[in-house]
Amino acid sequence: MPTPTEPFMRVLLIEDDPQLVSYLRKALLESGAVVDDARDGKEGLLKASVADYDVLVIDRMLPGLEGLALLRTLRAAGNHTPALILSALGEVDDRVEGLRAGGDDYLAKPFAFAELQARLDALCRRRSGDAQPTCLRIGDLEMDLLGRRVTRGGREIPLQPREFRLLEYLLRHAGQVVTRTMLLEAVWDYHFDPQTNVIDVHISRLRAKIDKDFPSPLLHTVRGAGYVLRATG
Amino acid sequence: MRPARLFHSFAFRIAVLHAALSVGSVVVLLGFFYWATAGYIDRETDATIEAEVQGLSEQYRLRGLVGLAAVIAERSAEAGDGIYLLTDALGAPLVGNLDDWPEAAGDRVGWVGFRIAAPGGRDREATPARARVFVLPRGLRLLVGRDVGDLEATRALILGALAWGLGITVALALGGGLMMSRRIVRRLEAINDTSREIMEGDLARRIPRDGSGDDFDQLAANLNRMLTRIEELMSAVRQVSDDIAHDMRTPLTRLRNRLEEARAAAGDPAHRAEVIEQAVADVDGLLATFNALLRIARIEAGQSRGVSGPVDLSALLEDLGELYEPVAGERGLTLSVLPLPGVRVPGDRDLLFQALANLVDNAVKYASPGASIDLRLRLEEGTAMVIVADTGPGIPAALREKVFRRFFRADDSRATPGSGLGLSLVRAIAHLHGGRVTLEDNLPGLRVLFCLPMPRVQADGEPVAAVF
Repeated sequence: MPTPTEPFMRVLLIEDDPQLVSYLRKALLESGAVVDDARDGKEGLLKASVADYDVLVIDRMLPGLEGLALLRTLRAAGNHTPALILSALGEVDDRVEGLRAGGDDYLAKPFAFAELQARLDALCRRRSGDAQPTCLRIGDLEMDLLGRRVTRGGREIPLQPREFRLLEYLLRHAGQVVTRTMLLEAVWDYHFDPQTNVIDVHISRLRAKIDKDFPSPLLHTVRGAGYVLRATG
Repeated sequence: MRPARLFHSFAFRIAVLHAALSVGSVVVLLGFFYWATAGYIDRETDATIEAEVQGLSEQYRLRGLVGLAAVIAERSAEAGDGIYLLTDALGAPLVGNLDDWPEAAGDRVGWVGFRIAAPGGRDREATPARARVFVLPRGLRLLVGRDVGDLEATRALILGALAWGLGITVALALGGGLMMSRRIVRRLEAINDTSREIMEGDLARRIPRDGSGDDFDQLAANLNRMLTRIEELMSAVRQVSDDIAHDMRTPLTRLRNRLEEARAAAGDPAHRAEVIEQAVADVDGLLATFNALLRIARIEAGQSRGVSGPVDLSALLEDLGELYEPVAGERGLTLSVLPLPGVRVPGDRDLLFQALANLVDNAVKYASPGASIDLRLRLEEGTAMVIVADTGPGIPAALREKVFRRFFRADDSRATPGSGLGLSLVRAIAHLHGGRVTLEDNLPGLRVLFCLPMPRVQADGEPVAAVF
């Protein structure tokens, strides 16, 4: 399910697995992105340096030039295009190494396309980062970041601190699909795999507070992917 | 064993070294013995000659040349080993028991050695003699000495005995060294033979021991222990791969069935979409299992070490409680956290969270409504202990070790979703941090103790320089 991107996302895929490239290219095109690709590290560095992309997807193990080396070179040259690192190495220290090399996000293979898309959307949104707002809004829901208050339709909704952070993250990514892993990482700041539906229960508690007594729901579940905060109608 | 092997072997070199050392020390010993015996004879001879010279010079001083000549004549007449000769300036003998001035003495002064014809007409070959030569006033020359033939014979006997002794020593040292080396080589060969058999695939082979408890016996014992450990690890690996094969076959078969079902359901798009959705869920489950296996293997190999910093265990516990409280509440369980503030341990924050989350996950999954789950933190001399206690069904004592095995699932838990890898991961993470996990009876329910070592704490309460 394509999510609205504004106006369209220009993605450079630096990945040497042709099957994965053609699959990602097709899926990203369907979601409304413009996709370019490079099959080795040197080509990737060249393309990323000369053309202007919204986001880079870089595989770690590349022929020619290793993914992290490529990224370090780019960053050293003053190129700050958001970059998502793809890797078969998913352990915590690999992640830290990737982020230290200048990556903005890290995704271990194998991954669901929904997860990749949600993260790319988040990265692009981060880049278009307008000045820090003091108020976030969707439909008739308003979040006052300074006063730490949430109202819907003028009625105040009391939230626990963690629920507030959860809603804030969803609001900052309104209209984008946000996966459970993204929520765990961003709202709880832990990289781990829960065996139970912990996040779902937190979401349903939040939903009970912001949607239950109102005619149109804002917080939607996207099957097989995650959640999205979207005003309907 | 071929001779070439023998010469190249360490044992042979030891044997040669051993022989060289023993021969060397025997040579030193015999040298001293020779000096002490033969040398003593020489010194005694010289001392006797000196004493005679002393006596003669006394006579010379008291009675002049005539007195000296008289004494020499008197002494020459005695039967004995003494040799005397007084000549005039031209070398013609005046008095003494030598017929001629010995050629070997020449016109030297001081100590001389020469050979003399058998004195006294006795039927003897020339025998060695030693003497001292003086020049007296008016060119007279005096020779005072002794026949040392008997002494030389003694010296020859001593030398002969010493040579034999040395020869026997060399023979014994070489023979002993060879015997020793053969013994060492034989025992090394036994180890080598066993190693070869093991390399050829017979992992059950062990090195024979002689029970003596010596170095070789201990080496054999240690190697055998190592082999046992390797065999255990090998069978563990085999066990894991058998488990993987077994536990993967079921979901893969299910996946295959679903795909066939999807192919057959071409006419029913809604059903088909649903089946494909389920197939994707199956694949996700398989991937999760694979990832968990890989993760455990990597953690067990200690590859994640190196990024660990101090972790605030107290805060981590509160986060855990906060994250799981809703899901516990939804299932009718009470989750309470009794933290202890300010407990910090060296470790990997995400991995520790994963381990404790797995424990809470289990408690939430298996406890029935109405049960309670307690998260507690306790400090015990050098150990931070996280306790996850529930009042659920618990685990029978007989299974408390088995549940840590990969893919192990108690029969009555097969109905509950899960990979059977959760506790294996918990234990791997505990071991990575130098800690341990133990299961206890909570009467009723299960109590899991997750223990982590704490760095030593200084007087000011700050942990000693982070050791991670």
